[in-house]
Amino acid sequence: MSGGYSVNQPLLQVSDLHVQIASRRGVVRAVDGVSLEVPAGEAVGLVGESGSGKSMTLRAILGVLPPEARVTAGQVLLDGADLTQLGNNQLNKIRGPKIAMIFQEPMSALNPVMRVGSQIAEGPQVHLGMNRRQAAERALELMRRVGIPDPERRYRSFPHEFSGGMRQRVMIAIALSCDPSLILCDEPTTALDVTIQDQILRLLTRLCRESGTSLVFVTHDLPVVAQVCDQLAVMYAGRIVERGSVQDVLTQPSHPYTLGLVRSAPDVDHPRSSLVAIPGAPPSLVNPPAGCRFHPRCKFAEEDCTVTEPPLRLLDAGHATACLHFERCLDELRAEGADR
Amino acid sequence: MTTLPHGTELPRATGPAVLAPPPDGPLLEATDLAVSFSLGSALIARMRHEAHVLHAVDGVDLTIPRGEALALVGESGSGKSTLARALAGLQRTDRGEIRLGGKVLPARRSRADQRKVQMVFQDPYSSLNPRLTVGGMLHELLRVHHVVAGNEVESYTRELLGLVGLGEEAVHAYPRQFSGGQRQRVAIARALALRPELLVADEPVSALDVSVQATILNLLQDLRAELGLTLLLISHNLAVVRHLCDRIAVMYLGRIIEVAPTETLFASPRHPYTQGLLAAIPRMTFTAEGDAPAVKGDPPSPLRIPAGCRFRTRCPIAQQICEQQDPALTAAGDPAHSADAISPSAPCHRRASQPKYPARATSKRGP
Repeated sequence: MSGGYSVNQPLLQVSDLHVQIASRRGVVRAVDGVSLEVPAGEAVGLVGESGSGKSMTLRAILGVLPPEARVTAGQVLLDGADLTQLGNNQLNKIRGPKIAMIFQEPMSALNPVMRVGSQIAEGPQVHLGMNRRQAAERALELMRRVGIPDPERRYRSFPHEFSGGMRQRVMIAIALSCDPSLILCDEPTTALDVTIQDQILRLLTRLCRESGTSLVFVTHDLPVVAQVCDQLAVMYAGRIVERGSVQDVLTQPSHPYTLGLVRSAPDVDHPRSSLVAIPGAPPSLVNPPAGCRFHPRCKFAEEDCTVTEPPLRLLDAGHATACLHFERCLDELRAEGADR
Repeated sequence: MTTLPHGTELPRATGPAVLAPPPDGPLLEATDLAVSFSLGSALIARMRHEAHVLHAVDGVDLTIPRGEALALVGESGSGKSTLARALAGLQRTDRGEIRLGGKVLPARRSRADQRKVQMVFQDPYSSLNPRLTVGGMLHELLRVHHVVAGNEVESYTRELLGLVGLGEEAVHAYPRQFSGGQRQRVAIARALALRPELLVADEPVSALDVSVQATILNLLQDLRAELGLTLLLISHNLAVVRHLCDRIAVMYLGRIIEVAPTETLFASPRHPYTQGLLAAIPRMTFTAEGDAPAVKGDPPSPLRIPAGCRFRTRCPIAQQICEQQDPALTAAGDPAHSADAISPSAPCHRRASQPKYPARATSKRGP
């Protein structure tokens, strides 16, 4: 809940997080110095291509990394406690009542042989000390809140009897079951139809607004971020290359990669004659390029980009970019605006 | 056609004017097409009082003029992929007729007919044979179908790869050596190898990253301009569809419920489902207003299609008549609807009374 925090104190503070994955080809630096703040009651979007490290960052926060990956440096501060230092037992006390997670594929996140109602009731029983009847009642109420029709009957259903959208509603009910202060979402609507996606996004934003829950929302879909989030961080090759308010980053992209992302996706409201693809492919994270990691694909790249690692610089009002020549993006946008 | 080095932008033609020669009748005409699947045993289904026949496509009329890019959109389970497979001859149909260039295609197509409709699939990881090099795959195809003379197979293969923006070195490479976007280029080259008249692309960019999607969409656009290709694009992404297509057909539970030119559909959608579908698209410049979703509920199962109008269970303006009469069937007798599938149409009982999008006079064509 947002009550106990002052405005200046972020709910979650990730600083200089490093995650490395051991592979046959060498050590993959999947997350390489990510810092992120999530203020209480706000939704922060994390976007990037596959392999940019956005999901790894999310999993590192909750301590659910795959076995071959581990956090090698950095802090994840929630409520003053560093989650990276906690053992599994202590983390289990945080997962649920403090942080919950919603996954992309609800069918593989739900237990296929357990009734849906019992899965929702499990959290309150374990974490909130409710007895079975209280927990069941809470589950029914949650099912009503997330819009599952006929909850009394659906309580005893199994996940396979639900549609994709309904399963995602169940996931949301489970996530909300212990009143967490933060919900992590990993592409929760990617597998859904556009009509169902619209339903789920509206539901999620409404419920989080009502309960003051913060969101970290990982997706590759910029319009979805525009709908759900207040803040946005763009990741490329394990680093955050730009962050700021959603409005600022999407209308004044100040990193060539963000500019590329915005231009390569067709915009349903502003059809353009042709799309501008980002040339090349994301770099290997075993041997990332020196200097700016985006420079081999960047049309604004100059000599200094191949040497200097650009730090994340603050432009104005919380808008920061890790580009040495960010003015070029703005120039280009201006030139394009004049063309229109 | 010339061979281009890897990554070179193909010359871009402007506007649809250069696309199509004046049409001498539509390229493809499908009438009353139906495809159903039977699930499990009829006896057991009857004992359990369950339906066992799934009507995936249930009476579809579709016309594609030469040189057009037509999009087929709809939710999963609406039958859009099944319809595409039926048109490509990969799916047996229950009834209906498919005409290609005026000639009725038989249920078992001859090799020459098979060539005329080619398909690009969604997942380039599973639609290419992992044990054949790209060259081997194309050579086999060209020889079996006698597309070019034996001594020209090599040069035609290189030409094809150049057309889709792959270099000559791709001839000796296996699919696993390519990225997702490059594999999709190979899949497109394979489809184009037979010089099809109609290219059917089933979600060709859904499995790709955003930045790679753009390259494939641009390629499809260039190929249309260069080859005058007729394209049927199946997609759930309306932004992609708007970017690439001239006309859009919206499917719902096995039926086409609205067909209109792209800009007309976006400017004034007529069917309540289309209106909801467009309102549900997440927008870059739009923050969700209100908590009410654009379309409520889940689509009904194709095993239990509602009587009357199929959309009525989710329709915000449904009334009693929608339960009793199937608007698709009544509209058939309506001269404004007619058999003219090119003009906009949207079978709905309540269309005339909608406040938001007032009904427009349907343009009647010809005498």
